[in-house]
Amino acid sequence: MYVAVKGGEAAIENAHKLLAEDRRGDPDVPELTVAQIREQLSLAVDRVMTEGSVYDPDLAALALKQARGDQVEAIFLLRAYRTTLPRFAVSKPIDTARMQVSRRISSCFKDMPGGQLLGPTFDYTHRLLDFSLLAKGEAPQAEGNGGSVADALPQVVDLLNAEGLIEQEKPDPDDAPVGDLTREPLLLPAGRDVRLQNLARADEGYLLALGYSTQRGYARSHPFVGEIRSGEVSVEIDVPELGFSVDIGDITVTECQMVNQFRGSKTEPPKFTRGYGLSFGYAERKAMAMALVDRALRAEELGEDVTAPAQDQEFVLYHADNVEASGFVQHLKLPHHVDFQSELTLVRTMRAEIAAEREEALREAAQ
Amino acid sequence: MTAALSPDDPAITARQRRLAILARTDATALQQAWDGLAEKPRYRHLKVPETGLVMVRARAGGVGQRFNLGEMTVTRCVVAVEAAGRELMGVGYVQGRDARKAELVALFDALALDPAHAPKIEADLIVPAQKLLAEKRQKRAEKVAATKVDFFTLVRGEG
Repeated sequence: MYVAVKGGEAAIENAHKLLAEDRRGDPDVPELTVAQIREQLSLAVDRVMTEGSVYDPDLAALALKQARGDQVEAIFLLRAYRTTLPRFAVSKPIDTARMQVSRRISSCFKDMPGGQLLGPTFDYTHRLLDFSLLAKGEAPQAEGNGGSVADALPQVVDLLNAEGLIEQEKPDPDDAPVGDLTREPLLLPAGRDVRLQNLARADEGYLLALGYSTQRGYARSHPFVGEIRSGEVSVEIDVPELGFSVDIGDITVTECQMVNQFRGSKTEPPKFTRGYGLSFGYAERKAMAMALVDRALRAEELGEDVTAPAQDQEFVLYHADNVEASGFVQHLKLPHHVDFQSELTLVRTMRAEIAAEREEALREAAQ
Repeated sequence: MTAALSPDDPAITARQRRLAILARTDATALQQAWDGLAEKPRYRHLKVPETGLVMVRARAGGVGQRFNLGEMTVTRCVVAVEAAGRELMGVGYVQGRDARKAELVALFDALALDPAHAPKIEADLIVPAQKLLAEKRQKRAEKVAATKVDFFTLVRGEG
């Protein structure tokens, strides 16, 4: 158990000064601006926004600068900041079908309405270090080739919907409550609303490992990428001062629709099932892993045996948040002096007792 | 006042359109438009600019059960602007933490309700801003379209 301690103010202050100096690094090297981080380390910013659960590229970039690039620390900073703000509204559900896409691919269909748009992807790069980035160069410029992209592209999974080959996602009634982990603690069993919110905030590395485990046979679900799309969607809220809804701007999101196999049951003919992933910014790996884990967590609902870690709600959901996990692991660094003293006394007593017993046994044997 | 409003009211759809454009307009452009006004109207704050959060909602599978994705920072401001001997309420909700931008959006929202100001705001601010947004969107769409790929499926060799 951690017990409160007093004192050490001067040492703590000096430690923070040293941290600030080390954060700055060599003063002969120009200081990074928050705008540079926002523009040039944008995927790091996107991860901090997604797991920090606040869409604000400037604040996420600031958090990264303050945290010396430590993502989990930056996420913690953003989460702490959000607690200082009032909530004005809850948005209408964003419409990802009306996304202005920067990327949209499917691994199920070669040809689909609207086509496969690779967008700004690392895919098909050779993963060779680009030494030209060491030198200051001209800003590269992408170009069009005469084509354009429609304002709304159909969801690829709808192509399967048309034939009835995939389960349908049905909207919940408008007056149904929607769980909110920022307001209520996690209770089990958790509905899909709460699970998806938990996974959206979850640590990317953790979800990646869990998603990977389902591919390797722990809760095999035979996934295909129905569709991945990234781009801008508008956010609309009901404005109480006006009495009608207003579109307040665009946010970038990445969506993954995973298509999974399903054997069918006594009552249902075989059809594909679905897993869903959604993140702020360009966080494709996160969205894919989230979709795999979302599908795995639906095991019970789909009549599958719960045998693997990724299917276990309690295991997955209670360990997903890196702010909580980091806090609990790292609190071990804090003074546990009293606790440790009592353990020390206990071990010493036990050892003394055992030693005494041995001595007694030896004395008896010698007689 | 709000009770009389219906969502199909053309006055409401016009206001929604203006607000959607203003929310996406660069703060500098809004400030320039304000500086360009021949006569600044008198106004007071009904709600001073304040930054808060909007919880962004999504749907499972894009169309199904609703869930909370995460929050976004939003700044709001409500003003009452004096125009033609009465007060007009203007509302600004903008993404991010720019208090002045929220205030300017609210001011232009109110001024655009005044027939004396409306045509000039529409012509000098709204239309150019809308054009700029459309151009930006089109430019991006063209660059993305150039990444459209046709994969050829090769027959897999057996044994």
